[in-house]
Amino acid sequence: MVKRDSSVRIGLVFPDLLGTYGDRGNALVLVERCTRRGVPAELVEVRGGSAIPDSLDVYLFGGGEDDAQVMASDGMRRSRASIQRAHDNGAVVFAVCAGFQLLGETYEASDGSVLDGLGTIEMDTRSGAPRLIGEVVVAPDEATGLPTLTGFENHGGRTTLGKSARPLGSVIVGHGNGVGDVDGAVADRIVGTYLHGPALPRNPALADYLLEPVIGAAVRVPLDDGLPMALRAQRLGDAMLTGVAARVRDWKVNRG
Amino acid sequence: MTKSARARIALATGNLAGWASRATGRGAGTQISGRAMLAIDPSLLTELADTRRIAVVSATNGKTTTAHLLTEALRGSGQRVASNHTGANMPAGIAAALGRDDAPVAVLEVDERWVPPVAEEIDIELLVLGNLTRDQLDRFGEVRGIAQRWRKLCEAQPQIAIVANASDPHIVWAVEPAKSVIWVALGAPWRGDAATCPSCAALLSWSADRFDCADCGFAQPDTPNRLEGDELVLGSTRVALPGSLPGHWNRMNAALALTTAIEHFGVDAPAAARALASVRVISGRFSSRPLGDGREAKIILAKNPAGWTEVLRWIEGRDTAVVLAVNAHVADGRDPSWLYDVPYELLRGMQVAASGERSLDVAVRLEYGGVPCIVESDPLRAARNLRGRDVHVIASYTQFTALTKRSW
Repeated sequence: MVKRDSSVRIGLVFPDLLGTYGDRGNALVLVERCTRRGVPAELVEVRGGSAIPDSLDVYLFGGGEDDAQVMASDGMRRSRASIQRAHDNGAVVFAVCAGFQLLGETYEASDGSVLDGLGTIEMDTRSGAPRLIGEVVVAPDEATGLPTLTGFENHGGRTTLGKSARPLGSVIVGHGNGVGDVDGAVADRIVGTYLHGPALPRNPALADYLLEPVIGAAVRVPLDDGLPMALRAQRLGDAMLTGVAARVRDWKVNRG
Repeated sequence: MTKSARARIALATGNLAGWASRATGRGAGTQISGRAMLAIDPSLLTELADTRRIAVVSATNGKTTTAHLLTEALRGSGQRVASNHTGANMPAGIAAALGRDDAPVAVLEVDERWVPPVAEEIDIELLVLGNLTRDQLDRFGEVRGIAQRWRKLCEAQPQIAIVANASDPHIVWAVEPAKSVIWVALGAPWRGDAATCPSCAALLSWSADRFDCADCGFAQPDTPNRLEGDELVLGSTRVALPGSLPGHWNRMNAALALTTAIEHFGVDAPAAARALASVRVISGRFSSRPLGDGREAKIILAKNPAGWTEVLRWIEGRDTAVVLAVNAHVADGRDPSWLYDVPYELLRGMQVAASGERSLDVAVRLEYGGVPCIVESDPLRAARNLRGRDVHVIASYTQFTALTKRSW
């Protein structure tokens, strides 16, 4: 285990602004999966309007409504140095939907103006129609060693990854980034995705993937994941069926 | 009221369709009846509403109950009132309600998104607005979008009178252009969707009982009308709220209905309160189902995080077992992520079952929240499997409608 002199600090960034879609669930899962392994962990909420500290071990950025996303991006840019410092020192970043878009170089606000993101990942997001809503299945990049991911997307973003950015995985069902049949982005200790659900209750392996750099070998202490695995199986089964139906529909349309 | 020939044919056909639907056991027949009417006469709503006093009630939560209580308060004062009391709150349901009852006053519960289109068809005298919070995000989009549509309506028709909850920032912003507003501060137990100012998008500051925006000055309007414990305070008058419906959320609904009856319609306060005292079941809400073992399951509807949170606060610490029945159909919201916005931790120490088609989502949520549960997708079977004298089934929308139709 990585030697620690304090409990693991799971940071839920701007839950009042970036918490529209149950994103608190991801924080809850990370705290619980540490605690159950005997690693003390605490949830640290950074409310909108406050500076983001550099002392957190995990930074969670969630989804949010349009106005709230603009407020959140102001706050994140102001704390850019702090987040960068924490990441350089080993912290992990997990960003979902609006939060993921804010990791990029630019994104488009609801009024059509193009605003700066954190620039952590080389990517740009524009809004598009239709809104992409439904179950998603992602086959992750093999280098991550992650199993198939399940989630639910609900966004109007079209995110184009730059040359230096690596997608989190290929989309099997659903849309993900909405560009190039991929979802999210992955870099050293950074994961971005469009998967809600929330993602971590449905994908315990992804939760442990995020915790590994923080708690080290302790992440291999097995947990009873009976219920999350049953949920995963059910969601993947449902999504694959709707995915096959959608493919057949597309095929008929293309043929007809 | 004289009706055009076309309207008379539309009404007759619609009523026949409704009767056929009921006779063949397909349902209440409201939807089919209203649809048939509007198909034959698309301008029927305008004609049916003509010359009546129309009050429209809308909110994310509590619109069915508030509309029902307002109807009862007005009827208690001797007025004849038409209403769409079965919760059919889109144009078809409204046409059916107005078509079967020609009372001079109509209280209509209207779906949040349908308020502006309905207001284009019929002359509304009064809008009664309760609250706006997140609900079915995959379908309705974000909260501010609804507020924006209501605001446009108030800009286009500023003469519509308003009775509104002063404690809800989205509602206050939406009705700003209206000329006449009666406020009542009902409190805002759920603030999860009102972090930013609806007017300028800066962070709103919240104290115990009011909101303010430091950037643009947008603030909770001052009013002597407020909900205070089990009483509604209207200026110098205090009205006791009926205790027959459970939960703080029903105090809020009753307070809004009574404010409207007393302040807008001029109903005598004690008479209005008396009329509400006997209301117990509204469209199946708070009804019971026998479990076949001598016990009954009480059924409660919870549609969204704000609704669930209110119900859980009420049930916390009660001597009852609890079944959580959740689906994720279109009418429930297809993404049950909201499970993590609701404090299910309040159920710790109680006997709990995760149920409904999405019982596994519920079970995983409960497990991470430290609430052990059994998993059984059928809610009544789940209720029978839980011990305890009392069982409450808290159900998402399609689970609720299935339960209130189901007979044992």
